Amino acid sequence: MAARKPAAKPNVSPEELKQYYRDMLLIRRFEEKAGQLYGMGLIGGFCHLYIGQEAVVVGLEAAASEGDKRVTSYRDHGHMLACGMDPNGVMAELTGREGGYSRGKGGSMHMFSREKHFYGGHGIVGAQVPLGAGLSFADRYLGNDRVTFTYFGDGAANQGQVYETFNMASLWKLPVVFVIENNQYAMGTSQKRSTSTEDIHTRGAPFGIPGEVVDGMDVLAVKEAGEKAVAHCRAGKGPYILEIKTYRYRGHSMSDPAKYRTREEVQKMRDERDPIQNVRDLLLQGKHASEDDLKAIDKEIKDIVNASAEFAKESPEPALEELWTDIYADALPQGDAVKA
Amino acid sequence: MATQILMPALSPTMEEGTLAKWLVKEGDTVSSGDILAEIETDKATMEFEAVDEGIVGKLLVAEGTEGVKVNTPIAVMVEEGESVEDAEAASGDAEAKAPEAPAEETPAAPTEAAPASAPATPKARAVEPDWPEGTKLKSQTVREALRDAMAEEMRGDANVFVMGEEVAEYQGAYKVTQGLLDEFGDRRVIDTPITEHGFAGIGVGAAFGGLKPIVEFMTFNFAMQAIDQIINSAAKTLYMSGGQMGCPIVFRGPNGAAARVGAQHSQDYAAWYSMVPGLKVAMPYSASDAKGLLKSAIRDPNPVIFLENEILYGRSFDVPEMDDFTVPFGKARIWREGTDVTIVSFGIGMQYALEAADKLAEEGISAEVIDLRTLRPIDYGTVIESVKKTNRCVTVEEGWPVGSIGNHLSAYIMMNAFDWLDAPVINCTGKDVPMPYAANLEKHALVTTAEVIEAVKQVTYR
Ligand SMILES: Cc1ncc(C[n+]2csc(CCOP(=O)(O)OP(=O)(O)O)c2C)c(N)n1
Ligand SMILES: [Mg+2]
Repeated sequence: MAARKPAAKPNVSPEELKQYYRDMLLIRRFEEKAGQLYGMGLIGGFCHLYIGQEAVVVGLEAAASEGDKRVTSYRDHGHMLACGMDPNGVMAELTGREGGYSRGKGGSMHMFSREKHFYGGHGIVGAQVPLGAGLSFADRYLGNDRVTFTYFGDGAANQGQVYETFNMASLWKLPVVFVIENNQYAMGTSQKRSTSTEDIHTRGAPFGIPGEVVDGMDVLAVKEAGEKAVAHCRAGKGPYILEIKTYRYRGHSMSDPAKYRTREEVQKMRDERDPIQNVRDLLLQGKHASEDDLKAIDKEIKDIVNASAEFAKESPEPALEELWTDIYADALPQGDAVKA
Repeated sequence: MATQILMPALSPTMEEGTLAKWLVKEGDTVSSGDILAEIETDKATMEFEAVDEGIVGKLLVAEGTEGVKVNTPIAVMVEEGESVEDAEAASGDAEAKAPEAPAEETPAAPTEAAPASAPATPKARAVEPDWPEGTKLKSQTVREALRDAMAEEMRGDANVFVMGEEVAEYQGAYKVTQGLLDEFGDRRVIDTPITEHGFAGIGVGAAFGGLKPIVEFMTFNFAMQAIDQIINSAAKTLYMSGGQMGCPIVFRGPNGAAARVGAQHSQDYAAWYSMVPGLKVAMPYSASDAKGLLKSAIRDPNPVIFLENEILYGRSFDVPEMDDFTVPFGKARIWREGTDVTIVSFGIGMQYALEAADKLAEEGISAEVIDLRTLRPIDYGTVIESVKKTNRCVTVEEGWPVGSIGNHLSAYIMMNAFDWLDAPVINCTGKDVPMPYAANLEKHALVTTAEVIEAVKQVTYR
């Protein structure tokens, strides 16, 4: 990938650009805070940070419309913040408290919001891929024009169920965008060591699914590709694959010694390709914002994140009776207007 | 404002660590992402990064210090213009960003939820020891014992190979295969893509083809992706082929709850696999059993499910120093002789069983504690003999209650020792719920020592 040079192609208004800056910064600061809370023992178990990959969800959310759905893996905090879920509720789920989206019962990897059409948060690598196709199956069945964004990693792209899903999604022309977040590593395994051919986006071709590569460090490029994919799906032409090249700066999870790549590799990415710095440069060079404007945004974000951490510490642990609830439902789920 | 940097928790099971090395010194300016120190956890050496920018005001813990508890202040950061005196002030007062919850409710302590820090390992009082008297013993972790078992068998049989996710270059997600790549090379220690159904099937095919695969699942939760190959292909083919085909393969990996990893990563499969004719199932508790049983499993001509436990990996036990130490399948181990009640368990359940037995002894109740060690075959004889002596039985396991190993044993005891029973058998199990993430709920979802004690009192009418 080339060194950073702010492209002079803003297909967006200065206001939109500022919004992307804000959204990406929120994810980054939120994740840094989550990392701190993990270190302090307030967050337990596995915690997978999204730092470095912010442009992917922010760009695609910019291409989404109200009612579109999304589903992803355990590396899900960014997706939730980008689709408008409340940082307090997300952080309190990370600390396992009553105020969390799953009332403390799901944790970092398993969170959901029907209201925001966020269908998880799944801990089993690859399992969300058929789920995403199923969500889009429901939409096509119900006759609406919604699209489902189904996110998965370069590692997940080797699971067999992904290809079973590609076949059916294409066969039935399901309105699903398969978003492969190729951050080049699956835990300690580089894509090279796990994947027989490099171009994952071409893996839909045998099933008749178009695919393309996108620069995931450039939020505008992601948005543009997302719009194209969404238009394809809404037009009833079936699924679309976006292989978005991105990079995670932190370890796979909080307990990853990260010996499989060099410090220099990570540092080079941060220095030359950082998606937030990219937009910052665009804003400043285009004179869409001053240093002071951006400082004000930084402060605003810091306050939101600090408040979420406070909320997540203050919120009580769930009541012990919660152990025994939510195992069976008494009624059908409410929320997403389900009308045949 | 000066802020303290606290010893971080760097893994789900870490409680303390060694501050191996400082990579900054007092007065250094650091920015977000810079490495401050190297910290050795229970599993690995980790780099610890700065989150905020600032100046290192003071290092509070010298490098090389072992046993630094999570959340202990290790350094003080100051901002530009602040002095080290500010730093000293901060290190003195309690401005630390430590969790505020009272200790026993702090989610920080995964130990509470999943007892990573058991009391000192009780000494085995095996009625029939697994090794000749006078054998030299050495203390080893379960993790090391498992690795040694694989290495010894690989040295002895060129057709034994290991495959799985992160087993080679990463040295194992839980470091069980540490060093194997170096010794045996990448022909025999093979990293796979994340594709459990595929590589489990390839393992089974390789076993049909004459090799002896050890297939590691990063955890058994992910073996659900592969369960068709394990059961339909590995377990049933010998029968379907009228005895022509065999499938000498070991499927191994951590099973059951770790600490705070939630519902999809915390399931105990002991009862599931034990139901299947054609499979053998081992679930060791101690390091010597882990080693001896794994060696037997690798030699076995049948498919073996080998259920390990992440929390036990770091636990140390005595292991005999012998050239070729094996433990046979289908032979339980009596850890403690007693007269009032028989407690039967296996795997991490043994921890609760032994802890309960210790406490019960203080109250004058003498419990006999049996470790089944293998669940298929099960050593019914040892259990029945013990029940005929004590007339009461409590079973302990971490898995769900419905269709549990305890259910099966209860039925077996009822049919074969009904006249000896003075009370109904009680099954202590994990609760009938998916595993919750919240620390307080997780603690209650697991079986507890208190529940075992309560059950024993019930069957002994105390
Ligand atoms: C079926 C299954 N196998 C293994 C794991 C353990 N695991 C969790 S994440 C991961 C790596 C996934 O990499 P990738 O799909 O590239 O996503 P990324 O973490 O890079 O976002 C592995 C092996 C799992 N959770 N589920
Ligand atoms: Mg990846």
